[in-house]
Amino acid sequence: MVEIVQINLTVNGVKTRKQVEPRQHLIDFLRTELGLTGSHTGCEHGVCGACSVRVDGKIVRGCLMLAAQLDGAEVETIEGVVESGEAGELIEAFVAGNALQCGFCTPGMLLTAAEILAEGKPLGRDEIRNELSGNICRCTGYQSIVDAVKTVLVKTIEDGKAR
Amino acid sequence: MSTSDQIIGARLPRPDARRLAAGRGTFTDDLALPRMVHMAFVRSPYAHALIKSIDTADARQAEGVVRVITAQDLADICTPFIAGIEFLPNMISPPQYPLTPVEVIYQGEAVCAILAESRALAEDAAELVQVEWDELPAVVDPDAALEPGTPLVHSELESNLAMAMPIVEGDTEKAFAEAAVVVEHEFEFGRQSGLALETRSVLADFEPAGRQLTVYQSHQSPYQMQDVYARHLGLEEHQVRVIAKDVGGAFGLKLHAYPDEMAAVAASVLLGRPVKYIADRQESFFSDIHAREMKVAGKLAVDPEGVILGVEVDVLSAVGAYSVYPRTSVGEGIQAVQFTGAPYRLPAFKGRVRVVYQNKTPTGAYRAVGQPIGCVVIEQLLDIAAAELDLDPVDIRRRNNLGAEDLPIKAAGGLEIDNISLDACLTTILAKMDYEKLRQDQVEARQQGIYRGIGLATFVEQTAVGAGLYGPAGTRVSAQEGCALRLDPSGVIRGSTSVTDQGQGTLTGIQQVIAETLGVRFDAVYTESGDGGTTPYGGGSWASRGLAIGGEAARLASLDLRKKILGVAAAISQVSPEKLSMVAGEIFKDGKSLMDLAELAQIVHFRQYTLPQDLDFEMNVTRHFLPRSFPYFMANGIQASYLEVDLGTGSIKLLDHWIVGDCGTVVNPMLVDEQLRGGIVQGLGAALYEQAIYDNSGQLLTATLADYAVPLASEMPDIHVAHLQSIAPGTGLGAKGTGEAGTLGAPAAVWCALNDALRPLGAQVWKQPFTPAHIIEALRSKDTSKSKADEI
Repeated sequence: MVEIVQINLTVNGVKTRKQVEPRQHLIDFLRTELGLTGSHTGCEHGVCGACSVRVDGKIVRGCLMLAAQLDGAEVETIEGVVESGEAGELIEAFVAGNALQCGFCTPGMLLTAAEILAEGKPLGRDEIRNELSGNICRCTGYQSIVDAVKTVLVKTIEDGKAR
Repeated sequence: MSTSDQIIGARLPRPDARRLAAGRGTFTDDLALPRMVHMAFVRSPYAHALIKSIDTADARQAEGVVRVITAQDLADICTPFIAGIEFLPNMISPPQYPLTPVEVIYQGEAVCAILAESRALAEDAAELVQVEWDELPAVVDPDAALEPGTPLVHSELESNLAMAMPIVEGDTEKAFAEAAVVVEHEFEFGRQSGLALETRSVLADFEPAGRQLTVYQSHQSPYQMQDVYARHLGLEEHQVRVIAKDVGGAFGLKLHAYPDEMAAVAASVLLGRPVKYIADRQESFFSDIHAREMKVAGKLAVDPEGVILGVEVDVLSAVGAYSVYPRTSVGEGIQAVQFTGAPYRLPAFKGRVRVVYQNKTPTGAYRAVGQPIGCVVIEQLLDIAAAELDLDPVDIRRRNNLGAEDLPIKAAGGLEIDNISLDACLTTILAKMDYEKLRQDQVEARQQGIYRGIGLATFVEQTAVGAGLYGPAGTRVSAQEGCALRLDPSGVIRGSTSVTDQGQGTLTGIQQVIAETLGVRFDAVYTESGDGGTTPYGGGSWASRGLAIGGEAARLASLDLRKKILGVAAAISQVSPEKLSMVAGEIFKDGKSLMDLAELAQIVHFRQYTLPQDLDFEMNVTRHFLPRSFPYFMANGIQASYLEVDLGTGSIKLLDHWIVGDCGTVVNPMLVDEQLRGGIVQGLGAALYEQAIYDNSGQLLTATLADYAVPLASEMPDIHVAHLQSIAPGTGLGAKGTGEAGTLGAPAAVWCALNDALRPLGAQVWKQPFTPAHIIEALRSKDTSKSKADEI
């Protein structure tokens, strides 16, 4: 029998205590233990970005981090940023510009985009393309995603809402 | 006359996009059922081997393991499957099983399955299974597969040649004898993986008492799979219900019956419990259909003005280990031949295809099936001929484009083409890209030692394929699509369609068609699909049929329902139905509002006693559509690429890309734009990055997303889109399909642009993808182009 690790963490603002196997990845923990299925498993080795979530304010790959590393951590997923309203403008821009098709990559893409907004640098479209290059989208060809992120970024900077 | 007039043609966002963006999609792996077990496989490490023994004793004792199964456990549950074509009785493919019993013929073939409490425990136990293998020689190279004395891909085959047939036995001798210029070229196309971001996923739930099988599956055609499962598992069709909930990309790869998915469904029948199988990424690279691997010899004869006299094309299509079930793997090679030169007047044409098996992953339908190959071959031959004649690539296309006076035409390759707009597309794209200015920019750049190229790719695109494709082959795939409408008491219309939506937005487009045809607001219509048990029977989504066929079915159903609604309104108001109209859900007579639809809906559902005895007030309609006078709708368009080659590193920078697409009536320009852009980026991936590489023993070397490179945001250009609308003949809606267009034309645009850039250096590339190493190789040995042009 493998040793079980106890972790105390906050997920989307809710304090929780769980027993996890040391080998369980963050993404599997979120999806199977907590039922947070908004983050997706795409490649399981850190390339595609579909499992992107936020740990202690920084974007991580849910497939490259272990749940056992999360003791004391604050985790935010797509469910959290939707509920808090943080992703609201991005989602509206994505919907308006059809910046998603199948939607499998989108939650991860949105968390990456949210980080661009939080940093609040006045990035051009090519720079946004670079920032988004850790998230693979197989449907859109990226242009509409870049446009949506750019639209919200400009507005965020104008409104002085970046951190 | 009203707002409802503008619904078709409006850039409306998809109502379901918000749910998906917010992480509230329901992909198959998001589902969990009571008593569910998870499946993992033991797969062959060899490309070709005999199974001597499988020892599962340790695996059966492992933690959490419910059952370990091999081929014989499923032998009485699932019959083997063979993809055949009735009119090609000599095309033999080895039988496939859910778990291979004796001889594995590609790396990754599943031979044993573990069912356990979790996927992790199933994988643990899979590592404890001991398989004794007897490795056999693997056939990898398509040319070598046909050499005498080559080992057989499968011991039951008589030859590795699956099929060899002339597609067109034309007489080209005279054309080539009289030509001013003859160009010949050989082309090689790398093997691709279909690759959807959501891997293939299935959750099968067999309830043994009532013998009801429900399968949740990430698939394009639930109807096809209901038929497959019923027949192979010995169930009645009504006992099987396949439900495709949200599907995370499909692109043709989720159109087939895969052995591992059959194994999961069969295991559910065996255990009487739900079984979940979610392919991991590595399994996907081994087992998802591959596509495109091909060698093509093309030959073009033109007169002194560049007018085509004749074309010859010889295709060697390498399809892997099996002809994939149930649609077979021969379509790619056949379409590569048929689409070589299809947009042009071809006085003489000869085409042959040979299909060979090899010990690699089976190939199957991937977006645009074979059409991109034919497009590359003719567009490259035209560019080489134009260079020989000192003609502009624009002029040689203009001189050969099929024009209105040629249509309708049964083209030389056997394709039926009507109502296309090649010259108009060419004119539009030249204006959009400012062609003359771009040529000037190219000249100026070259003076500074910067090598840029411009490529044009004209295409016709086969969409909305009807009954003529699979029907004669004996393949049980429906070509018609249906739509059922019902008026709810609230006045909302529920539309249920056989067309499935993997993100293209077909449900939104169909919603637009229903709203406009009926005369109700867009948001007064709700559309759904994906449940093979409850939606009207049809084909699903493949070959760009959603709006062209499914949209027309929705239009017909809407016309019928509208008639019923106005009939009831007329009875209530005691006027003639002909005097009534419905606009934005309100019913008018002579411009005066009589009632709204919600009011009428209340009456037909709750106060029927107020209606005349003989009045038809049943507010349910189902209609199907299948084009009978056309085998498919041929769409068309043109793409252009502008790129820069770094001669030092061999890397390519895509500077710009354009497309003018003509898919007939554009129901939602925003969604069509995005279909085109997304499709183009897949085509650019084919041209520049994507390649499934095997070593000589048939080992796949690119089985991760780090090794199999796909386009990233930073590498892709912005893509400029314009539409023309040559309507589909024979339908009221007039829409053709548009899903293949981007992927179809993008590789050819890049081939032409890249070779345009390299031409002054005397170098040419001849095989995709155009990796930096390949470009450097081409630059170093300038004779690798295999191109020869003979002045006669």
